[in-house]
Amino acid sequence: MRDILLQTGRRFIAFLQYLGGLTSLSLLTLIWLFAAPFKWKYVIQQMKKIGYDSMPIVFLVALFTGIVLALQSAYQMQKISAEMYIASLVSLSMTRELGPVLTALVVAGRVGAAITAELGTMKVTEQIDALEAMAAPPVQHLVVPRFLASIFMLPLLTIYADAIGIFGGYLVGVYKLNLSSSIYINMSFDPLVMKDLMTGLYKTFFFAAIIALVGCFEGFQTEGGAEGVGLATTRSVVISFILIIATDCLFTVLFYFIF
Amino acid sequence: MTTIMIDVVNVRKSFRGRPVLRSLNLTIKRGETMVIIGRSGCGKSVLLKHIVGLLKPDSGQVLVGGIDITKIHGRELDKIRLKFGMLFQGAALFDSLTVGENVGFLLNEHALFGPDEITRKVAESLAHVGLSGIEHMKPAELSGGMKKRVGLARAICHNPEVIFYDEPTTGIDPIMADVINNLIVALNKKLNTTSIVVTHDMVSAYKVATRIAMLYEGAIIAVGNPDEIRATDNPVVRQFITGAAEGPITEAEQRR
Ligand SMILES: Nc1ncnc2c1ncn2[C@@H]1O[C@H](COP(=O)(O)OP(=O)(O)O)[C@@H](O)[C@H]1O
Ligand SMILES: [Mg+2]
Repeated sequence: MRDILLQTGRRFIAFLQYLGGLTSLSLLTLIWLFAAPFKWKYVIQQMKKIGYDSMPIVFLVALFTGIVLALQSAYQMQKISAEMYIASLVSLSMTRELGPVLTALVVAGRVGAAITAELGTMKVTEQIDALEAMAAPPVQHLVVPRFLASIFMLPLLTIYADAIGIFGGYLVGVYKLNLSSSIYINMSFDPLVMKDLMTGLYKTFFFAAIIALVGCFEGFQTEGGAEGVGLATTRSVVISFILIIATDCLFTVLFYFIF
Repeated sequence: MTTIMIDVVNVRKSFRGRPVLRSLNLTIKRGETMVIIGRSGCGKSVLLKHIVGLLKPDSGQVLVGGIDITKIHGRELDKIRLKFGMLFQGAALFDSLTVGENVGFLLNEHALFGPDEITRKVAESLAHVGLSGIEHMKPAELSGGMKKRVGLARAICHNPEVIFYDEPTTGIDPIMADVINNLIVALNKKLNTTSIVVTHDMVSAYKVATRIAMLYEGAIIAVGNPDEIRATDNPVVRQFITGAAEGPITEAEQRR
């Protein structure tokens, strides 16, 4: 019993230390964001890697989600002859919830992992020491461009995912359920107000920050060669996932009570 | 000129409770070439990283030109680092950049010269290490020894006052090793740089050293010019410089 308590206590302290480290990296990043001009060359490079290169997989995930969502709800809706409402259901759930969260998870798996692997390799091969030794602050050179690029690109990717998801629903509605195209489109966009899009998009800024900062933090913490890089990469993805889902839950609760 | 350039005072450092440096003292004079010898894993690279401010000691001071660099951060520390050039043990080239961009990194980063001047200086540094005309290559295309030499070109490109060499001749063929030894001596003579060379290559040590210091069990156990070290009666130093399999170093290890 005592052992279990001790173990839990130790875990908890380690967790707090982790959050502390992550927070101080976040603050340092914010300071560098304003203290020095951005390295635009690196920002644009990262925007391509994070945003443009993620488009195919986000396309697939969003399209399939839209299709599955429409089909699964058709199963219920057909019983009460309310197929029309499938359009609204798909568009609302995509913009408010599934678009932002699925995109963030996909990007965390793809980009967060790549960031940690790259920075982790730089750490274990002393490239990060070399940056520091040449008076080139690693946070300014490595974290700020990735942070900025994530913050810019994740909302754009989310809007893209929303649109693709709605299109997936449209395919089911029009070609499988034989709803008319114009009705489906009307039913998709009529109930959709700015608030729905915005509650979805607010969150993505936080998700983007989580992906970039956890990815970089785990990279900087990497120790012990190739094995260490592998471990750090796994941890980075797992921690990003948990933090993204937790943040999403928090925001949903918050918005539910505020609006 | 025998003013003190670097003074390491009572530096202690442990990693996860395991002491690597235990009360280490070492003084390096301006313009000399100090060679630090010691077995693999005895803490030579850790010592260099303390002098460059990449690691902070658990206690003790590292004075560079009279300033304790363990107490300063950020821009202040960076100002001192610009006077340093460091060759890392594994070269530590940025693999996302070309050789030319690597060598000119510091000059570009701090906009010390115009682009044409930087290109010229990069070519000059690469020529010093016998690698002219490979600016466009990526580090992944180079052999281990070439990487080391590019790392060396990067370390000397901005004419630093102090150059740190972490095992400059390890993994390099004997002929090229001699070229590098000559380069270390030449840079030291021509530009009056202070050099700190970490090595376990005794040929190189005797050739470049003004003084040699031996690091053993976390402390400097002997310092002297090459002749003094050759003639040492310290049995630990004797075993190391003669490369004998039997002696006090290996006995101490077996006892553990
Ligand atoms: N960042 C670090 N974290 C933990 N241990 C380290 C670290 N850097 C070095 N060490 C340990 O310190 C010891 C000395 O390493 P090092 O200075 O690299 O030896 P060498 O004399 O071969 O250069 C080694 O046992 C190494 O495992
Ligand atoms: Mg070493």
